[in-house]
Amino acid sequence: MKKLTLTLAALALTASGAAAQDVVRMGTEGAYPPFNFINDNNELEGFEIDLGNAMCERAGLTCEWVINDWDTIIPNLVAGNYDTIIAGMSITEARQEVISFTQNYKEPDPSRYAALIGTDPSVIDNGVIATQSNTVQAGYVAETDADLIEFPTPDETIAAVRAGEADAVLADGDFLRPIVEESSDLEFIGDPMHIGGGVGMGLRQSDDELREAFDAVITEMKEDGSLNELLIRWFGEDTPTF
Amino acid sequence: MFEFCADPSILPDWQWFACYLTSGTHLAFYRSFLVVILLLMITAPVALGMGMLGALALRSHSVPLNLIGRGYVNLIRGVPDIVFFLFVPIALGQGIEWVLHQINCPDWDQPIRQGNDFIVCREAKMPPVGASAWTRNVYGFTMAIIAFALVFGAFVANTLHGAMQAVPRAQVETAESYGMTRAQAFRRIVLPQMWVFALPGLSNIWQILVKATPLLFLLGIQDAVFWARELGGAKTSLYTYPHPDWRVWYFLALLVFYLFLTWISERGFGWLTVRLSRGQATAEGERQRRRAA
Repeated sequence: MKKLTLTLAALALTASGAAAQDVVRMGTEGAYPPFNFINDNNELEGFEIDLGNAMCERAGLTCEWVINDWDTIIPNLVAGNYDTIIAGMSITEARQEVISFTQNYKEPDPSRYAALIGTDPSVIDNGVIATQSNTVQAGYVAETDADLIEFPTPDETIAAVRAGEADAVLADGDFLRPIVEESSDLEFIGDPMHIGGGVGMGLRQSDDELREAFDAVITEMKEDGSLNELLIRWFGEDTPTF
Repeated sequence: MFEFCADPSILPDWQWFACYLTSGTHLAFYRSFLVVILLLMITAPVALGMGMLGALALRSHSVPLNLIGRGYVNLIRGVPDIVFFLFVPIALGQGIEWVLHQINCPDWDQPIRQGNDFIVCREAKMPPVGASAWTRNVYGFTMAIIAFALVFGAFVANTLHGAMQAVPRAQVETAESYGMTRAQAFRRIVLPQMWVFALPGLSNIWQILVKATPLLFLLGIQDAVFWARELGGAKTSLYTYPHPDWRVWYFLALLVFYLFLTWISERGFGWLTVRLSRGQATAEGERQRRRAA
């Protein structure tokens, strides 16, 4: 009997070993600097690309990147077009009903409003606010008295503010900061707010094995400080670390 | 691309633009125009074939065939294109995987649908597990062609059916009185003459097809519109070539490209009309005859 269980265990090991040889396809948006973006050489770059590659290396997995629109990024994960979402996605209860998340690899970053310089901060309550669709920020603005307009890409939300189509944009502070700092026409208004949890990697709910593998790697990277190094490199010294 | 592109931030304007316009993403942008043209070149004949089959089914005396033809044409013409473009690749993709799953993994004991997830065994994955990025692109592109051909085939079917009806009935009757069968009369009398009647409708469908190519973006193919939006957006210094919002210029380039395509096709169809009217009992055919005389 004991022998049988051993053989079974060995079989199970080889089976999972074979599964580990499969290429893990990592889905990302490629339009959300500095999290993930397509650089001028037509390659993916950003915090999550570095992190994803490091995680795959530590977990001994072969990974390849897939670019997918933000709006359909969850349906295409569920349909099996790729195996993970690593796209600056906040861990929320609504999303957890559809997919599962690893632990967060980035602390929740306060969301900020940005507007043209000289905009009255009262637009936050009664103006027109631009957000990217299907984000935690879009959900938040929908609950306030302000009018919400949604755009499929983060870039378009900024363009809408510059064009006067929206009074302000609400987005992750990490995304807005470089844009506001380098521009001469935009500034932050109102106070930073915490919406949603930290950022984690999304997986199919049936993929427990893969989730556990990535979870373990994240824990390891949190403990040895390599995750903090990446955070500081991409988000600056002031970013919350682990 | 050029040697002086090593540090673009110190370059004078013209060199900066030379480097910028030859960056990796711009080369991908230029290639995406070829993708659009390739899609048109493949989709048009396939849709024409689908349309021919549809038109024959519409003409058929066999009740089931006729019903299939009518169902196909009316179903697709009645549903917004965009719904089909979203529906066909998902439904077809999952359908193929489901069939492969039934064939390859009869012993599989878990349900295929687990909550939100669609799970088939490893051998049933399409494209296969471990397929190269290139294979996946071809697979996605093929899905797009099928979706386009299905949708536009229905419109072509209706146009061709109308064109077949437009060939004077008296000619077909004459052919039959000479002892030709229905099939012979169709092949020798209707088929050669119908095209001139079909051309105006076909040229309309072609133009609509050209204008529908940006829907490729919906199917996850990085077409010209995707790149115009991606490249035109404002870029911070995180990028090698930071610039403000230039989308208006990129969309202008798209506009010129699509106008050029329209102009070329307009000329092509003009030439075809003249060519196909030769010896036909139509106004253009009559004009040609009088000019020759």
